[in-house]
Amino acid sequence: MEVIVLLKQVPSTESFVGISENGLTVKTDDVKWVINPYDEFAVEEALRVKEAHGGSVTILSTGPEKAVEAIRTALAMGADKGILINDPAACNCDGLQTAKILAAVIKNMPFDLIIAGQRAVDGDNYTVGSAVAGFLNIPAVTMVMKEAIADRKITCSRTVEGGMVVIEAPLPALITTQRGLNEPRYASLPGIMKAKKKPLEIKSLKDIGLDAAGIGAPKTKIISLKYPPERKGGKMIAGETAADKAKSLVKALHEEAKVI
Amino acid sequence: MSCGVLAIAEQVNGVFRKVTYEALSEGRRIADGLGCVLSVAVIGSVIKDKSEPLGKYGADRILVADDVLLEEYMTDAYTNIIAGIVAKEKPCVIILGASSRGRDLAASLSARLDAPLAMDCIAVRLDAGNVIVTRPMYGGKILADIMLEGEPRIIGIRPNSMKIAESQKEGAVEVIAADRGSTALKFIEKKLDTGKVELTEADVVVSGGRGMGGPDYSTIEKLAGLLGGAVGASRSAVDEGWRSHSDQVGQTGKVVSPNLYIACVISGAIQHLAGMSSSKVIVAINKDPEAPIFAKADYGITGDLFEIVPLIAEEIKKVKGM
Ligand SMILES: Cc1cc2nc3c(=O)[nH]c(=O)nc-3n(C[C@H](O)[C@H](O)[C@H](O)COP(=O)(O)OP(=O)(O)OC[C@H]3O[C@@H](n4cnc5c(N)ncnc54)[C@H](O)[C@@H]3O)c2cc1C
Ligand SMILES: Nc1ncnc2c1ncn2[C@@H]1O[C@H](COP(=O)(O)O)[C@@H](O)[C@H]1O
Repeated sequence: MEVIVLLKQVPSTESFVGISENGLTVKTDDVKWVINPYDEFAVEEALRVKEAHGGSVTILSTGPEKAVEAIRTALAMGADKGILINDPAACNCDGLQTAKILAAVIKNMPFDLIIAGQRAVDGDNYTVGSAVAGFLNIPAVTMVMKEAIADRKITCSRTVEGGMVVIEAPLPALITTQRGLNEPRYASLPGIMKAKKKPLEIKSLKDIGLDAAGIGAPKTKIISLKYPPERKGGKMIAGETAADKAKSLVKALHEEAKVI
Repeated sequence: MSCGVLAIAEQVNGVFRKVTYEALSEGRRIADGLGCVLSVAVIGSVIKDKSEPLGKYGADRILVADDVLLEEYMTDAYTNIIAGIVAKEKPCVIILGASSRGRDLAASLSARLDAPLAMDCIAVRLDAGNVIVTRPMYGGKILADIMLEGEPRIIGIRPNSMKIAESQKEGAVEVIAADRGSTALKFIEKKLDTGKVELTEADVVVSGGRGMGGPDYSTIEKLAGLLGGAVGASRSAVDEGWRSHSDQVGQTGKVVSPNLYIACVISGAIQHLAGMSSSKVIVAINKDPEAPIFAKADYGITGDLFEIVPLIAEEIKKVKGM
């Protein structure tokens, strides 16, 4: 089973993300960079598929040179090799452009299964996984909580509002991850040592037979960034007893806020 | 720009999701701004007769693909049908709810149509013929205004963030081809808890965190029940196994924007705030007066949850005359 994981390096969820002076990009100087949490589930699931069915796991990413760190971490978890597409013309791509780059690489690789995150927690686009499947013309099942592979088919439980739907797709296919799919393992010390020797290729767009024209112009353009309205702490409800407080709160919600 | 706005309805067993009405209402506003027609696509089984009322939310045309083979949402079949409608109608805007199904369909359509997509939009405006959407990024830490270039512009709207407006359109139902095209996905089964109020659509959400101390959520379930609301949880509570993953509110859970969010025994970590800080009114109940959640709450109560929440429930009964 040849498994490809689409992996993006993103600011950790606890990082403060500031807006640059130009109002169009974010400041990332003080950011701690991590593997996108949903892609961590993808790496873990890929390793489990390999453990059950044999084969190998390839980590694929497009991004800045720094993203090598995230790929190395995935290699330390147990993945076999990494590919980073690093090219000035591939910076600041939108979701569709990113998907075009990733699909162009995958087209020339053997694969049975692609695993992506449901979303990257930077742009929260929810686009790239499904779009890669679309460009490769393979089926996709998103937000998968459980999967099982048998007879060249993958059976997936996908979360929907109020429950779960079970869907079957023939391989090759793409799935995206949902929290609850697995508990990602930590990279062990021997794993980290081994990862240093694992193959990690860095390629340009030209290396993969693409140029700026091939990925087209961005179709989504940020025209301004702002912070959401700051929430200020409001009233602390005072009262002698718990009953007093409960009464004051309900009164406030009913008469002042008018929400009940 | 070629014209026409296409909304995509979402229904389960013939019942439309609330976000469908939100998408239609917003679609109506956009169509009025562009001076064009609003159509709505309805896909499903035995759905034709149930689709007529969609005119009430602004649809001029109601395009219905009705077939027993379309009963269950399948990404490929639904993408094929919508792509067929798009080829014929050439809408400049497609609008749908960013539910789990809506997100799946929107991203699939974006690739198929090579069309720009913005997910989880909370506002849409027209500016000299351009379509500009506002959407959260970085778990809501930043709001971005984004211009969508190329057609059709696909807009996924965040549930519970746009107003439902009724209008007087006499939506005319047109039956369209229900051809699934070539498909690979196969439906096996579904397990739905239909009695449950959907977290992302609820007007009231009561969430319990690690301070619940165990899987017994009856205290806050009773409160949520009185208010017709849904029950959420922090990640800590989910990690403990007390609640299911689908109940998690936060940056790696669901984002909710109810009228009233009651955070019980939740400290207010940044990842939790990302999932609920766009709620209209926030109430926090915590025994620690220093808990960071109080800095974001409109109303705060310090005290023990198990003592206070039943008393709040009693007061609500009085106010509601129950
Ligand atoms: C990558 C990543 C993603 C994450 N995503 C999410 C997410 O999506 N959602 C999320 O919620 N978290 C998320 N977290 C976790 C987050 O950082 C916090 O750990 C979590 O939100 C804490 O949950 P809590 O508030 O329930 O627990 P705690 O922080 O332990 O707080 C419990 C609170 O309950 C109070 N309390 C206890 N008993 C009582 C009582 N009887 N009466 C009154 N008050 C009481 C305490 O004073 C305390 O403030 C994420 C973390 C990471 C690293
Ligand atoms: N630059 C990238 N390189 C590799 N994979 C990516 C990249 N961007 C997004 N992905 C994958 O697509 C998923 C969804 O991302 P997004 O559509 O940006 O929310 C992520 O979880 C990754 O698996």
